[in-house]
Amino acid sequence: MTKIKSLADLKKMKSDLQSQIALREKSENPEGRILIKVGMGTSGITSGAKQIMEFLIDELDKRNVDAIVTQTGDMGYSYAEPTVEVKLPNQDPIVFGGVDKKKADDIIEKYIKNGELLDGIIPTNYETID
Amino acid sequence: MAKYKMHMLVCGGTGCHASEGEMLFENLKKEVQENNLENEVQVVATGCFGFCEKGPIVKVIPDNTFYVQVAPKDAPEIIAEHAIKGRAVKRLLYVDPVKKERIPDSKHMGFYKKQIRIALRNCGLIDPENINEYLAADGYEAMGKVLLEMTPEQVIKEMIDSGLRGRGGGGFPTGLKWQIASQNHADQKYVVCNADEGDPGAFMDRSILEGDPHTVLEAMVINGYAIGATKGLIYIRAEYPLAIQRLKIAINQAREYGLLGTDILGSGFDFDVEIRYGAGAFVCGEETALIHSMEGLRGEPTFKPPFPAQSGYLGKPTNVNNVETYANIPVIINKGAQWFASIGTEKSKGTKVFALAGKINNVGLIEVPMGITLREVIFEIGGGIQGGKKFKAVQTGGPSGGCLTERHLDTPIDFDNLLAVGSMMGSGGMIVMDEDDCMVAVSKFYLDFTVEESCGKCSPCRVGNKRLYEELEKITKGKATEQDLEKLRNLCHVIKDTSLCGLGQTSPNPVLSTLDNFWEEYLAHTNEKRCPSGVCKDLIRYEVIAENCVGCTACARNCPVNCISGERKQVHVIDQALCIKCNACLEKCKFNAIAVI
Repeated sequence: MTKIKSLADLKKMKSDLQSQIALREKSENPEGRILIKVGMGTSGITSGAKQIMEFLIDELDKRNVDAIVTQTGDMGYSYAEPTVEVKLPNQDPIVFGGVDKKKADDIIEKYIKNGELLDGIIPTNYETID
Repeated sequence: MAKYKMHMLVCGGTGCHASEGEMLFENLKKEVQENNLENEVQVVATGCFGFCEKGPIVKVIPDNTFYVQVAPKDAPEIIAEHAIKGRAVKRLLYVDPVKKERIPDSKHMGFYKKQIRIALRNCGLIDPENINEYLAADGYEAMGKVLLEMTPEQVIKEMIDSGLRGRGGGGFPTGLKWQIASQNHADQKYVVCNADEGDPGAFMDRSILEGDPHTVLEAMVINGYAIGATKGLIYIRAEYPLAIQRLKIAINQAREYGLLGTDILGSGFDFDVEIRYGAGAFVCGEETALIHSMEGLRGEPTFKPPFPAQSGYLGKPTNVNNVETYANIPVIINKGAQWFASIGTEKSKGTKVFALAGKINNVGLIEVPMGITLREVIFEIGGGIQGGKKFKAVQTGGPSGGCLTERHLDTPIDFDNLLAVGSMMGSGGMIVMDEDDCMVAVSKFYLDFTVEESCGKCSPCRVGNKRLYEELEKITKGKATEQDLEKLRNLCHVIKDTSLCGLGQTSPNPVLSTLDNFWEEYLAHTNEKRCPSGVCKDLIRYEVIAENCVGCTACARNCPVNCISGERKQVHVIDQALCIKCNACLEKCKFNAIAVI
């Protein structure tokens, strides 16, 4: 890995990374990448987030859905672990709570393929800075 | 296959359910069907919006229209106007309480500002094991700015101006702490991150380390530059294996990028971070005990002064800050002290992360601006009490804090207000209790914890807390008198006044605050030998209510000590001498025929 040697390097790296992400998210192609994040803090993992993440990766692959699945930290919704956030191209992200394999399957079949929401989605109720 | 054009999100939280939310949901579905919109509009129930006061709530996406206090009879109008004609139903829009204007969409609503995520800004958004995601989210930019564009004095001034106070519990001004450490000269200084999160029910530090470890590393470099330290240590309990693993990954990635190590970003400043493990002792959250533990000594506190800023780790000037405190620092540098100081109350700036636990619907982590009221936190963000029961008390500050009641619900939360009402901020644990919780038993629970965690160095804490626990036990067993309560109070004050460190100085707080706020409940235990909440086993008995008992034998079959007798279809009887009060009969009875008396 190359070292970041100056503030200018750091800023360049940031804008490169940001544009990579922007490309990924705001793809001109309406069938662009789907981004899925699984909340993998301690409380998520104890509730089975690891299995859900593996399930999503395997099943999305089997069903030929082009999506990026990444892990992330605790989303704060301990009452609804495991939590999964799905961002479809050009749409606001949606957080699904209490995801078991059945619900993960519904997320793929109903929400990702069909745009249909599932009962019990968690509304965002906080403000982010910036 | 049909793709929905519009979604109507109906709040399915308990509060909205209570106010006819379910009927509204059904009506909306019916209207959608009647208008043949099943393939275009989807009606879906969601989790709690945290806005129960104005429920039931309906949010329409993609346009984010936000309807409040929607009645079941409003369903036809919403479908006819909004779904078919594409016009919002103005009368149902939320009215801004200040501007008195109707707000068309949720992105402009004030209530969304009830939670502002600063310390948790990246938690649940970035991949904690990938430094690139942190870099894309402005990561290490504050560090770059500090190392290359600011003097240490400017950094400290920025911290002082921001008004940031330590988030670990004490609330000491961070800038001042840094200033003191910077003024002590030595060949080596240390920066320590206190990740020994010990309050029962608090887990914000763990979540930050697991969700955004780089922010802590970045802040430690800034801290090191400001006070002239080149070594950083993170003291973390071994019970947090995932946080440790992610920290290690983060440290390695930062080293590979040259963001830790020598001559960081060409500034000439060197800094590196190491991890030190703790064995999970509550007292090691106290900074002197923490430092001794890192030195390989027993985790016991020592008298201050000398403060760690004068003589800390290995006798060198040391600055100790908590994880959540550090998580705020890169944002303060990036957005400026003025911005940070604009959030919060006069003496407590910024936000605080709370871990909501206990009998509350939305158990979890929240981050709110200082000055928000307990009512807003519990009933709006927290979604109210489980099972629609009555709120009784909220315990803030963990074993060092106190229990607050209904009359404190409108107190704005900040460091000083909580102290003034006999509790404290602590690290931000918030345990909500309902009518079924016995406050004497609650204080006993906390004392049990303190007795276990006292390091034993000073007698007031070692012996005093043990005696305090025994007194409480006497009360819950119905063996105490009203005079004992005075003794209890006196003992509390002696422990507070004479203990060496923060642990003993605050451990009687749960007892004192419940004595103040729930005096009647203590009296019921001592004078009437009765536990009003039906919790203290020695003061309750289970009895069969004859008129409800149908003689189904369920209780007798499930009783582990066979103390229930009775023929089929005959009223059963509990033998009080044998009953162990396990509650099994009450749980199994389908006819409400078992009562706790």
